[in-house]
Amino acid sequence: MSETHAETAFARKAPIAFVADGQIPASPPPSSAVGPVKWARDNLFSGPVNSILTLVSIAFIVLMAYEILPWFLDSSWAPAEMSLAGCRAEASGACFAVLVERFWQFFFGFYPAELHWRPTLAFLIVVVAIYPALFSSAPRQLLIVTALAPFACYWLVWGGSIWGPLAVLAAPVIGWAVSHYGGKPITAIVGEAFGPLVTLIVAVAAVLVWLLFLVSPVDEALYSIIPLGIEVVPSNKLGGFMLSLIIGLVGITGSLPLGIALALGRQSKLLIVKALSVGFIEAMRGVPLITLLFVASTLLNYFLPPGTNFDLILRVCIMVTLFASAYMAEVIRGGIAALPKGQYEAGDAMGLTYWQSMRLIILPQALKISIPNIVSTFIGLFKDTTLVIVIGLLDPLGLSSAIRANQAWNGIVWELYGFVALFFFIFCFGMSRYSQWLERRLRTDHR
Amino acid sequence: MSVTSAAPSAPGFRLSQLIYDTRYRSTTIQIFALFAFMLAIGWLITNAAQNLAALGKDFDFSFLWNTAGYDVNQRLIEYSSQSTHGRAAILGIINTLVLALVGCVTATVLGILAGVARLSKNWIVARLMTVYVEGFRNVPVLIWIIIVVAVVNESLPQPRAYKDVETGAFVFTNRGAYMPEPLFSRGLGDLDLGLFKVSLDFVAFLIVLGGGVYAMRLIRRWANQKQAETGVRPANVGWIEAGVIVLPLAALLIALGFHLGYPELKGFNFAGGIFIRDSFLGLWIALSLYTGAFIAENVRAGIQAISKGQTEAAFALGIRPSRTMSLVVLPQAMRVIVPPLISQYLNLTKNTSLAIAVGYMDATGTLGGITLNQTGREMETLLLLMAFYLAISLVISLVMNVYNERIKLRER
Repeated sequence: MSETHAETAFARKAPIAFVADGQIPASPPPSSAVGPVKWARDNLFSGPVNSILTLVSIAFIVLMAYEILPWFLDSSWAPAEMSLAGCRAEASGACFAVLVERFWQFFFGFYPAELHWRPTLAFLIVVVAIYPALFSSAPRQLLIVTALAPFACYWLVWGGSIWGPLAVLAAPVIGWAVSHYGGKPITAIVGEAFGPLVTLIVAVAAVLVWLLFLVSPVDEALYSIIPLGIEVVPSNKLGGFMLSLIIGLVGITGSLPLGIALALGRQSKLLIVKALSVGFIEAMRGVPLITLLFVASTLLNYFLPPGTNFDLILRVCIMVTLFASAYMAEVIRGGIAALPKGQYEAGDAMGLTYWQSMRLIILPQALKISIPNIVSTFIGLFKDTTLVIVIGLLDPLGLSSAIRANQAWNGIVWELYGFVALFFFIFCFGMSRYSQWLERRLRTDHR
Repeated sequence: MSVTSAAPSAPGFRLSQLIYDTRYRSTTIQIFALFAFMLAIGWLITNAAQNLAALGKDFDFSFLWNTAGYDVNQRLIEYSSQSTHGRAAILGIINTLVLALVGCVTATVLGILAGVARLSKNWIVARLMTVYVEGFRNVPVLIWIIIVVAVVNESLPQPRAYKDVETGAFVFTNRGAYMPEPLFSRGLGDLDLGLFKVSLDFVAFLIVLGGGVYAMRLIRRWANQKQAETGVRPANVGWIEAGVIVLPLAALLIALGFHLGYPELKGFNFAGGIFIRDSFLGLWIALSLYTGAFIAENVRAGIQAISKGQTEAAFALGIRPSRTMSLVVLPQAMRVIVPPLISQYLNLTKNTSLAIAVGYMDATGTLGGITLNQTGREMETLLLLMAFYLAISLVISLVMNVYNERIKLRER
């Protein structure tokens, strides 16, 4: 200690030329060990194989850019003559004029142009309705919009009397009223033991009778008294991205609850319930969606009472929902099966009933761990909506084929399909990003 | 104990026990479920019977033996427009299976390459593969099929463009691709099995190949045994094994007079060689690329699921990196990769039904397409079609279950 002290004191007094009085600053690393060069060495040229792969990849990218960029840059948006020939006369690259000309058709199909505001408004309502379901930070009051959105959207898109959707909306009210006010008289009739059960059955029956037999007469009667409604748009006018979104959204909202029910059925201890669920799931997963769409378009009417004829789009929505619910059931079953047995036993130990333990313990955890797969099922379902082209519905692909068959646009490929592909990519990629975000947000373990 | 749980004073069976007693409740629920199910099925069948009667139709499969009267553009068994609907359906099924088989093979190769490349340390390769995987996974397969078929049709030259051009073994035209076909100048002829014919040359080839592989395995077992006993592996075993397979095959091919038939331009089109239709080519490429993207994700997940400790442990034991991959990482990763891989095969098989959108005559195109429209028997044709796909999927699930059972971790 004292020695160093003495030395410093000495050095301060008389500096000696050959003794360094400070630390030499670190010299900068060689240029090959820092910055982009180092990064490229590590990540691109770390060995002969990697170097070759890098060069091949760069050559591929350059080739692609060489092919695609001129096509984009030398494109034609509004040629004098709106046709492929007109585009070619003006520019050698892409002919985006076809998108300009058919833009609204791509979104709405043959929906009357002066009514385009209706599906647009419906879409905005859907966005507002989905918001509280996606983000828990949203105000809870918005859930009212979510509950009402299906009826509002149906009415806005298809039009017609407002009394129909309102009458359907009245069904839960009727069910509630029957179970609330009918409870006492029913119990008085059938006795204390069966009272609640019979009340429940009567309420469900009342709702079914209302929905199946009374809605349309009530609708007509009310409409003849107060003709409140908007112009009807028949289903065959619907098309484009609107159609894909309708089928996709109905399928997504329908398949989740159905899938949960089927998954619980498959995991159930009740043999017959289990066998029915397994049979349904395997049959639906074993056949391609196309065959089910054929069933929807040609066969479904055979199985309904003679004289019933309901809308093709509705039939397709039902089939797509059933198809997706089978996949959803398998995904959710995987989540349920992944939970440790202790969770069930804990539920039983707390004295919870089956439904309570499912609702409060099992399903929240099972759904959380199956989020990635649930969302990829949604993505698959949304992509599968393009298959409706085979039964003649005018989804974006059907419209593209129709446009290509048109004399003016014969021979156009990339512009149309690229546009449709971009649309689907944006939605599907967005969904998968959302699921990753949700996964991170719901993670409760300590990492 | 002062408080005893007094046994219920045997009140006899009350009807309400059926609902409130957990001993009986499950039976009640099940009986009701079965009853409701039967009721629903009965209702559907009654409706169907009424509707069919109203239309003057019956439920009958005899149309399968009627003349089809339409042509199928890809024929792997003998078929003409005079053949029956049943034969057209079989032809469609064969076309489906061929497409599914080649599609699964190429999709697996692509998927494994892309999956491994996505984990590569090479930044640019990993990014390119991410673009490939995300681009194909997020766009409907039908769009890819239509795009690829359109590209084949519109960017490849017409057959007549090859008029005065020397063509090689492979020719690509906008109607499809041609490749050399194996021909035998001293062939053995065909064996007629009634439903279809089998080339005896092909059978002989398979028999000799099978014999060779069997002999090779015998030799390998002998060599392993020798090595275990003496510690020295017999010399040149690898060469002997290869020779046992290759030499008899070569002898057979020479004896049968094997040569390749090249495609040649005759008139407006090519003749000779094996013709791969544009629709088949497009479907094959598109389905392979699409399914390959999904398989790539499975492979990546499988490799990442193996903890790093396994690799480190192998390195600590002094095992070389390539042996570590083949002996430690891959066998464990396969357990994670194979089940989703097989369900991707199933998806690909079901997606082959999209062939109907580009005019390839698979089972959906023949049975569910033209036969359905010509005979007007929606119910019978669609039932057969769904039964066919269901059978395939059940067979594949069976294979998967057997595999899962075999590789399951044996714990305690």
